[in-house]
Amino acid sequence: MSDTAAAGSAGRMHKPRKRGRPSTLRLLFNNTLATTGLAVLVAIVLAALAAPLLPLPDPDVTAPADRLLRPLAEGHLLGTDALGRDILSRLIWGTRVSLAVGLSATLIAAFFGSLIGLVAGYAGGRVDTFLMRGVDMVMAFPYILLALAIVAALGPGLINALYAIAVINIPFFARNIRGITIGLSRREFVDAARLSGKSSAAILFGEVLPNVLPVIIITMSTTIGWMILETAGLSFLGLGAQPPQADLGSMLGDGRKILFTAPHVSIIPGLMIFALVMSINLFGDGVRDVLDPRLKSGALTRPVARTAVAQEREAEPRRHSGSVLDVVGLNTQFHIGGDIYRAVGGVDLHLKPGECLGIVGESGSGKSVTAMSLMGLVPTPPGRITAGSAWLEEEDLFSVDDERIRQLRGADVSHVFQDPLSTLHPLFTIGDQLTEAIMAHRPMRRSQADEKAEELLRLVRITNPAERLKVYPHELSGGMRQRVCIAMALANDAKVIIADEPTTALDVTVQAQILSLLDALRRESNAAILFITHDFGVVSAVCDRVAVMYAGRIVETGETEVVLARPAHPYTGKLIDCVPVLGQPGRRLDAIEGRPPVVNNLPAGCAFAARCERAEADCREGDIPLAAFGEGRAVRCLHPLKGEAADA
Amino acid sequence: MAAYIAKRLLAAIPVLFGLSIIVFLIMAMIPGDPATAILGSYATPENVAKLNADLGLDKSLPQQYLIWLGNILQGDFGRSYALNRPVLDEVLERFSATLILAGTALVLCSILGLLAGVVSAVRQYGLADKAITVLVLVGISTPSFWLGLLLILVFAVKIRLFPASGMYAIYGGGDLPDLLHHLFLPALTLAVVATGVIARLTRTAMLEVLRQDYIRTARAKGLTERRVIYRHAFKAALVSVIPVIGIQAGFVLGGAVYIETVFQWPGIGSMLVNAISTRDLLLVQGGVVVVAAAYVLFNLAADVVQTLLDPRLR
Amino acid sequence: MPETALLEIDNAERVFGGGRTLFGRALPAVHAVQGVSLDVRKGETLGVVGESGCGKSTLARLIVGLDRPTAGRITFDGRDLVADARRDPRALARRVQYVFQDPVASLNPRKTIRAILEAPLRHLLGLDRSGREARLGELMEAVNLAPEFLDRYPHEFSGGQAQRIGIARALAADPELIVLDEPVSALDVSVQAQVLNILDGLKTRFGLTYVFISHDLSVVESVSDRVAVMYFGRVAEIGPAREIFAAPRHPYTHLLLKSAPVPGKRSLIPEDANTELPDPYNPPPGCAFHARCPRGTDICLAKHPALERVSGAAAHEAACHHPVDEGGHVRA
Repeated sequence: MSDTAAAGSAGRMHKPRKRGRPSTLRLLFNNTLATTGLAVLVAIVLAALAAPLLPLPDPDVTAPADRLLRPLAEGHLLGTDALGRDILSRLIWGTRVSLAVGLSATLIAAFFGSLIGLVAGYAGGRVDTFLMRGVDMVMAFPYILLALAIVAALGPGLINALYAIAVINIPFFARNIRGITIGLSRREFVDAARLSGKSSAAILFGEVLPNVLPVIIITMSTTIGWMILETAGLSFLGLGAQPPQADLGSMLGDGRKILFTAPHVSIIPGLMIFALVMSINLFGDGVRDVLDPRLKSGALTRPVARTAVAQEREAEPRRHSGSVLDVVGLNTQFHIGGDIYRAVGGVDLHLKPGECLGIVGESGSGKSVTAMSLMGLVPTPPGRITAGSAWLEEEDLFSVDDERIRQLRGADVSHVFQDPLSTLHPLFTIGDQLTEAIMAHRPMRRSQADEKAEELLRLVRITNPAERLKVYPHELSGGMRQRVCIAMALANDAKVIIADEPTTALDVTVQAQILSLLDALRRESNAAILFITHDFGVVSAVCDRVAVMYAGRIVETGETEVVLARPAHPYTGKLIDCVPVLGQPGRRLDAIEGRPPVVNNLPAGCAFAARCERAEADCREGDIPLAAFGEGRAVRCLHPLKGEAADA
Repeated sequence: MAAYIAKRLLAAIPVLFGLSIIVFLIMAMIPGDPATAILGSYATPENVAKLNADLGLDKSLPQQYLIWLGNILQGDFGRSYALNRPVLDEVLERFSATLILAGTALVLCSILGLLAGVVSAVRQYGLADKAITVLVLVGISTPSFWLGLLLILVFAVKIRLFPASGMYAIYGGGDLPDLLHHLFLPALTLAVVATGVIARLTRTAMLEVLRQDYIRTARAKGLTERRVIYRHAFKAALVSVIPVIGIQAGFVLGGAVYIETVFQWPGIGSMLVNAISTRDLLLVQGGVVVVAAAYVLFNLAADVVQTLLDPRLR
Repeated sequence: MPETALLEIDNAERVFGGGRTLFGRALPAVHAVQGVSLDVRKGETLGVVGESGCGKSTLARLIVGLDRPTAGRITFDGRDLVADARRDPRALARRVQYVFQDPVASLNPRKTIRAILEAPLRHLLGLDRSGREARLGELMEAVNLAPEFLDRYPHEFSGGQAQRIGIARALAADPELIVLDEPVSALDVSVQAQVLNILDGLKTRFGLTYVFISHDLSVVESVSDRVAVMYFGRVAEIGPAREIFAAPRHPYTHLLLKSAPVPGKRSLIPEDANTELPDPYNPPPGCAFHARCPRGTDICLAKHPALERVSGAAAHEAACHHPVDEGGHVRA
């Protein structure tokens, strides 16, 4: 939904992952903590499984003469307990019991909980209400209290404790799985399966379940440690394993009575529980990291306040002295894994005061990254500005310090983004957000700022501005929200407004209004606009000049009417020809075959050569420069179209 | 807002109702004949029949439930046979001790958890983040009852900084400093796990929020990074962490069972464990009902706070 | 164009929400679609345009039986579609199919393309193994994809390729009518043309009938024989595509056409802040477009205009008390 162009292009850059398994396993093993956890876990499990085979004394045989031996005593590596039983033997046999109980409880809870969640989420309606009310009831009890009540009723004992722990964890699975199932059931592929003639049961278990399974596994791996802790807890209280049978919890409970005289009797089993649970949690986190697609793509990495600028970057001198913004040789890269994606590969552009320049391109062309690089709003990691300069009048934006960039953001250079719902903070009123934008640059009293905010809303033609200041973004329509965003961009008399697809998320009638508004405002305020879009129609409506981007570089630039009427670059020509035009229904749509190159593996020569009918041998070698092509025009092509109209 | 709170309060009634049914059913699940269980196997059949009639056990299950519910609503939870006093008196007395312990732990884990989570997110992959991540993992993997024992061993036995057990000193205690002195170790132990969980979720929530478009907007406006993180990001993250704190309250209340046993804190948890061992089922039942009801109300409060923070929920 | 109606929609209505609480308080209801009547003729492409929230996607789901109308009748080839969908959804799915807006979301990420395409062959046509294999080859060829792609997973495909797989899936059971719900909106412009051209070719080759839903006026114009314009759950105007686009009669259609940006045209309509959609929970009386309409009068507030034939043009209908003059232009 809130897919920004930058994120979109980053997402597109991901190489298709080959078949899930091998890489998943490799990822897991790359995680040292998870591997350590797995190693410890395997060792513990092997020891527990091998208990009958190991040369251990009988764990339940008492020997009063040998009671409370300290660890490293002869014949008793970990000493003995109050009844003279060998602690090492009891520890291994106890671990076996604890593991078995924890695992069984997890499996029971996962099975019933997931089943309830799947059915409730998929069926919806009354079934859902009925099942989830039941689950809510169980969840209304403080966690372990219900287990206590169940054990109180059934009587103490290991099996009863197991049931109790399993029952109280069912809601946890049910809730989690239901949430996921609801999301999946509304996905289009479920409707597609229904239209393919599949029955409800076949869809639930054949289409939905495979997608839910990773979540079930994640939930299991993160809860099993907890279940082991809880069963140990019940045993510790004397409500679980009953003598002579011992699990880790009851060993700890026994040791507690002699804590002051023989601490090792309680410390050792506690340590074992800790090691077991810790190793499971480490491994579980690793599994979660691998299976959770958000974590896999590094999406949970925190972007820093400003895009990193490479140390080795070489500044470029200004080229257009009269311009308010002059970008020279901009290179922005994304470093993902071992790959370097050249999202922007050497872009030059300039803006005169009051001018509107459109940057047009398809997704992945680097148009948004270009725009977001200027004020350092490309997320780092993975983004990085590696070369070039952006001159805002006399200052190079890539050379100034962070505080200066902060002062310029929202003041001299402001932004309008694509989706006006996600770009406004949902928890603050419109007034809060507007006054904040004002006061960040001009210290004043709140009442003064309120007046200024009201004035701004009036400027963007919002009726009842004083009332609207008090509302939250979700209470406004999309068009209104975008007006608010524009008001915010105008708050401090910006010299340059960077508008990144500001009308793409809007309906066509609302789009027309917003475009008119932007056009009128820039004429009133003499602000220059850098306008990012994929739509030539929108460009025609508001832009004086246009720059067409392909694979991270500008391939053609010039005055809007001229470029649209007589495109010089074959890509521009094709891009115009493949879009239906209103009023010309009979027009043949000339599709561009093939796909744009991925920017981590650009071909030599022209990036468009592979899809171009005019390409010749010289197009596939060397660097093709952006060459002047008549007055105020430039094109990056060795064999440009000459004068043929786009529609010819 | 008042209307919303009233609505939520009304919605809590069916939950409390369902809760009472679950408790009643669990108690009805008890195998064997309760009268025989109470009177012992040497009781005469007449005595058993009389007790059954006294307890209303000769009636149908729904009838029994209604009578039971009626009694509870009037505050009559029956008498504890082991303590020979009204269940409600004992439960309320014990519950106040638990509230002190659990309340302190909850405040502690909320503050520490939020703090650690925010620091961890802001310094992602830094030293502080790594340290906190490891500490959190250790925290949620440590059995709290064992941790309590270790703390007693170190701080009460070896260096004698804090008392090992109880709520007040037997001689000359009873004032606030004495209470705090006794409270420190158990409250800390009880808070450890919940701190870990809250810290973890706060970190995830902060990271999630920090990549939202509105954070980019805040930066594009020229706000200071401090303001972006502590005003814009933290408020949004808090909205998703508050329900977690509500759930953690349940874990803390439950965890009090272990901690009160380890530190011999005279709260409802240790009362329940004793009552279960002595099969004092009316006492168990009363304790469970009161704690669960309190928990429902607490979650209600968490809901209301969340709604106050997030206008979209109104 | 043959005159037999393949699909007839008669006064269809779909209300979401509504009903009452336990205490008898009425719950909010939204009329996503109301009083919609239209025909789709065999072999034609009916375009449905409208802005977000106008009910066009709900209408699409009603036609394929994924949703049921709360009132009105839908007839397919003379049979009651709603009853058929309930009794035997497979029989309906053999004749009416659907192409989804989001090509990636409409493919299960955990299934191979083969599994996705085999499902309709198995469940709808009951083909045996060799029959399925042969049909799979035909389908891949029809949408211009290499047969090697069959054993890959959806994430290995670009948006355009994924949408072609979605089309192949819809085509699998050899349907007569395909509802295309914004089939190219999620695609880059250069890929849109590929998909539109494939759709055009398939229509001729297999004698299909399309209901083509989109918010993009120029796309609808380029593919449609007839067009229905929807506003706020109702049909505002319906008629032959050429007439609708050349001489719109409903002021809303007029506004839409004027608002659409056209390459090479510096056309900015004077902006006017009062152009909000009405509140769906609290619909205005009379004509829903009244508040935005330059031609509105008292009667528009009082009475909802019925869809009526506008003078002069055959089969061109508009729901307006004051339609725009033939060939004329609305005042701005």
